[in-house]
Amino acid sequence: MPEIRRVSTATNPDTGAAGTTAAAAVSSVARPAAPVHARKPEGFSVAGKALPRADSYAKVTGAAIYADDIALPRMLFGKLLRSTQAHARILRVDCSRAQALPGVVAVATGEELPVRYGILPSSPDETVFAIEKVRYVGEPIAAVVADDELTAEEALNLIEVVYEPLPAVMTIDEALRDASPKIHEESRRSDNVHKEVHLEFGDVEAGFAQADAVFEDEFFYEGNTHAAIEQHAVVADCSADGKITIWSSSQTPHYLHRIASAVLQVPASRLRVVAPPIGGGFGGKTEPFPHELAAAHLARKTGRPVKFALTRQEVFYTHRGRHPVKMKIKTGVKRDGSILACRLQTWLDGGAYGSYGVATTYYTGALAPVTYKMGAYAFDGCRVYTNKPPCGPKRGHGTTQPRYALECQLDKIAGALGLDAAAYRKRIAIDPYSETINHLRVTSCGLRECIDEVERRTGYSGRHGALPRGKGIGLAVSAYLCGAGLPIYWNPMPHSGAIVKVDRGGGVTVYCGTSECGQGSEHMLAVVVAETLGVDVMDVRVCAGDTDLTPVDLGSYSSRVTFMAGNAAHEAAESVRLRLAQAAGALLGIAPERCGFAARRVFDVGDPDRAVTFLEAAQAAEARFGTLVGSGSYTPPANLHGDFKGSGVGPSPAYSYTACVAEVGVDLETGEVRVERLTLAHDCGRALNPDIVEGQIEGSAYMGLGEALLEESAFRRDEHKIPNLLDYKTPTILDTPHIDAIIVETDDREGPFGAKEAGEGPLNPVIPAIANAVADAIGVRVYATPILPESVLRALDASPSGRLRLKSAPSPVPV
Amino acid sequence: MSVAPPKMLATLRVNGAEIACAFNPNRTLLEVLREDLALTGTKHGCEMGHCGACTVLVDGETVLSCLTLAVECVDREIVTVEGMAGAGELHPLQRAFVECGAAQCGYCTPGMLLSAAALLESNGAPRKSEIEAALAGNLCRCTGYVKIVEAVALAAERMREAAHA
Amino acid sequence: MQRLPPFSYEPARSVAEAVALLSKYGADAMPVSGGTDLYANMKQRLFAPKVLVGLRPIRALRFIAYDDARGLEIGALATVRDLAESEIVVARYPALARAASSISTPQLRAMGTVGGNLCLDTRCNYYNQNLDWRAALGFCLKNGADICRVATGSRTCLAVNASDLAPVLQAFGATVHLAGAGGERTLDIAQFFTDDGRNALARDAREILVKIALPPAQPGTRSAYRKLRQRASFDFPLLGVASVVRLDAGGVCRDARVVLNALGPRPVEALEAAQCLIGTRLEPEALAVAADAAYKVGKPMENAGTTLAYRKRMLRVFTRRTLEDVAGAGAPA
Repeated sequence: MPEIRRVSTATNPDTGAAGTTAAAAVSSVARPAAPVHARKPEGFSVAGKALPRADSYAKVTGAAIYADDIALPRMLFGKLLRSTQAHARILRVDCSRAQALPGVVAVATGEELPVRYGILPSSPDETVFAIEKVRYVGEPIAAVVADDELTAEEALNLIEVVYEPLPAVMTIDEALRDASPKIHEESRRSDNVHKEVHLEFGDVEAGFAQADAVFEDEFFYEGNTHAAIEQHAVVADCSADGKITIWSSSQTPHYLHRIASAVLQVPASRLRVVAPPIGGGFGGKTEPFPHELAAAHLARKTGRPVKFALTRQEVFYTHRGRHPVKMKIKTGVKRDGSILACRLQTWLDGGAYGSYGVATTYYTGALAPVTYKMGAYAFDGCRVYTNKPPCGPKRGHGTTQPRYALECQLDKIAGALGLDAAAYRKRIAIDPYSETINHLRVTSCGLRECIDEVERRTGYSGRHGALPRGKGIGLAVSAYLCGAGLPIYWNPMPHSGAIVKVDRGGGVTVYCGTSECGQGSEHMLAVVVAETLGVDVMDVRVCAGDTDLTPVDLGSYSSRVTFMAGNAAHEAAESVRLRLAQAAGALLGIAPERCGFAARRVFDVGDPDRAVTFLEAAQAAEARFGTLVGSGSYTPPANLHGDFKGSGVGPSPAYSYTACVAEVGVDLETGEVRVERLTLAHDCGRALNPDIVEGQIEGSAYMGLGEALLEESAFRRDEHKIPNLLDYKTPTILDTPHIDAIIVETDDREGPFGAKEAGEGPLNPVIPAIANAVADAIGVRVYATPILPESVLRALDASPSGRLRLKSAPSPVPV
Repeated sequence: MSVAPPKMLATLRVNGAEIACAFNPNRTLLEVLREDLALTGTKHGCEMGHCGACTVLVDGETVLSCLTLAVECVDREIVTVEGMAGAGELHPLQRAFVECGAAQCGYCTPGMLLSAAALLESNGAPRKSEIEAALAGNLCRCTGYVKIVEAVALAAERMREAAHA
Repeated sequence: MQRLPPFSYEPARSVAEAVALLSKYGADAMPVSGGTDLYANMKQRLFAPKVLVGLRPIRALRFIAYDDARGLEIGALATVRDLAESEIVVARYPALARAASSISTPQLRAMGTVGGNLCLDTRCNYYNQNLDWRAALGFCLKNGADICRVATGSRTCLAVNASDLAPVLQAFGATVHLAGAGGERTLDIAQFFTDDGRNALARDAREILVKIALPPAQPGTRSAYRKLRQRASFDFPLLGVASVVRLDAGGVCRDARVVLNALGPRPVEALEAAQCLIGTRLEPEALAVAADAAYKVGKPMENAGTTLAYRKRMLRVFTRRTLEDVAGAGAPA
């Protein structure tokens, strides 16, 4: 099993040591002479090592306390009454019988919490409980808290809700109609469009006119959900002095803090949000939810701690998962495949509320050009409201769907032009240290190296188009953000802050507002701090996700933590290191600049045997400077994007790159697709912990597999058809193929010790790689996800040539 | 609560200790472990038998505590994740999970560990396919199962070595 | 957390005690063995018995025994795992072992019993939902309403028998043994199931299933089971096909049974398909004809995963493949 999985591809700007290719250095366009953060010429002592995660000891012993594990004295249990109507006016909500049930302590309804909110300031369209109208089956209308959960549940049955049903809007097409029933009456539009975007870079029509061939395709990407194993849970408490504490399985404690303050009408200074370890997020726990706000409200109302723990069905209703997206993509190419123009159109089914949807809409257009050079690019995006649980961000946020469309179409183009799909992608790949057609700044980029790696491991080029019928191999690539370049609410403050404290016992603590949802964020902070101070990772205690104790970090989403919080922690640690170096330098009789830090020692870099212990240095520094605390913060550079409306979504201080090859077998009689192997190469900058990076790649591959073949948000009439983990099909261990995760290291000049992201990017190419492999296996293409057995059979049936081996597509459409 | 039959007094044997407790007959083992005995290491992701997160050992067999009544476990030997580690020493499976990075969010981990423990009890040298078959009732959403399988194989190897030594 | 509604629990230590308790409480009581189906259904508030009669303590009903004269006897409380791992079952009734090992997950196979699997409540994706879900869409025949949501014209409930064991047992010609206040009675397994998913078992509420018996395995008998499902674990069958044939020494098929399940409230025996096989040497043409015959009698509805059309189409493929299994080695790979 162990093969060498790490490939170093880039040149280290400090050491000048050349890697396997010099791509990153050679094609540098706008590269500053000095790196942002000083590197240590002597190499790393903990960064880059496959060390055990500090948080895993508590997780393997059952000692880790997640939100639902919290139990406080006199705690009450809450339940939410949820709408049984997809779209209706609420005529009356009568809680009197519920309130009278013995064991019930309080109820709450909409008028008690009328403040409208939304995670994006541009879409404040939600309230904690539905007021006047319900907009999807499962929307909260009221809450009950009782001595125990069964009593609360029984009380829900005693609440009387009188509805006036309205016609429900359940599809994108219905929502686009002028005459469709309005879901949000305050919208000035006559249809149910939530957000419309039109962007053009260069002259797309001119590009099509000059093209040797133009390809037009339509794809549909089905919605799906995060399905983290932990169901959302919250405990809230209100102390006698009126201060409210919320412990919640939230990826974004800061946003919950902000919005809870607004909704509860409590100053943020009287509110504390704590994010305990989270049992999986994937984007599903990134915005404030009714159960969290209701818990805080009812804790205040009753003066007792309140817990809400959602059932699995409620998690499906809470959703905020992957948007279903209809896509049209039109690409004009020269005979050699160079892209002269590309127009991407997307229609997103947003569900009942805004959520992150405005950002999602932009994201469906923003990242396509981050992988490829294009002569011109246009994007039209449109998100509609429907009467379904709201969609939001899921791993790959908005970029997953168009990536599927683009990579499938590129395979068709390669086939039609007789190009090897791997060589073709490498030829049109974006260059490191360049700018995309939509004015995004690209820094380190190992895309070509990633393609090389998966090609080499799988023999893709020799096998694609040459395997026996029923066997297929497919390739796709993608790019992803290392955090968003702009905050979701406008402000000039840092995106991440960190404090590092060194105590006189030699212990180190880093405080940062990130939340650990399984991705290893706490470990990453510990690695950055340990590397900077030359201590062991296990010497570093991480205090995260607590708005009372930790500086703000915007949260664990958009793959931002390693990069942004890592940089903040690095800066904080550097500031302490400076004082330690001064004190240790004095003890050693050398200048502070000559102090090196490693193995719990501070030493003379010119004579490493001359050293003091880290503890001696810490005590000397505390004696000289007082309490040793350093702070750091991270704000992305300002030059990441162009200057146009909508330019705020898509820019990132760095992009990760991935290539994936999928190998499949298709049963031509049953249509069943069996993925035999997934090979992924991912450019994560420098891998601060290769085990964690591999784990992120493997998990992404698995999750992409589920989206490609099994998972779908299905509806029956106007309610979720399968809101449970038996019928919603997440892959089991037996459905998961062999996964080869290859780390391609570039050295990003702005990432902490050169690191970029690994948590989301590797998901994106998996779906089109599988789709391309299926097309290779059966000679026809399925234009929608998930690729279900019945879709495969339909495609085979419908294609006149489908029952023949068809390895290249018909001639391209002549212009 | 309406029409609740009276609580029953019973002694449960959990992680080697005899614990006297009182619970209603409709309380599942999951609820009693987590809510009455504060053994919150046992997780739950559906309470319907669809995810495996609540797996514990009862008389050495993997059992879903969400679909088992506490009353059905009287006089049986219950082992939860809290009972895996010896005094100050991790179970080889726990150690391997830590070393291989097999726990990410950690929520499926206790159930995975106990399914794996039951496997290794009966099969000290499992093939990869046997490990996968034994873990087929435990969903994980983070790892793609890769490092979990590696960890179980590593623990099995170490346990064999320890047995030979 | 999904929790169980209140009930009282009465463990039974013997068959007689179980029957006495069920008689005493009548319609208020339900028997429970492994609980894997019953508790999940109760958590969805599909029903709320006041009393559960626990059968698990009746140790005497956990057995699997074989002798050449009497055949195979399976105590109702043998676990699904017991069945899957029984050497005699693996050797003599391989399709049965295969069906057992295909059920759900390792945990549920260790918990669930053979009797419980045969007594699974029928399933329908309009029915196996939480109370508020059903309230939102509207209740159905199986919930006491007067309409079937799957086929609005249907007078009977079309929920499916989702047992993997039932079609195999039926193909082997099993009998089921029930104990009640009036003593034991034996039914051909085909008579154990009804056509109405509301009340799909010919079991009186005061009876318990005690034993399943299969005739001795005749020389030349071959069996196979295949199930359609979306994932390789957890899933109930979307279609189950069991084929049992007996070949004479010359390789001519003398006896055949093909039973389809997960289509409606009871397993469906494809009699014509079996007839097509008798007298043949299971040549590919014969198998294709038999598969066509099975295709005609199976009538799935839109009430389980995937689509009706897909499940219907797979009837032919899965039937033919089980027949290829028996025509080949006798047990599928």
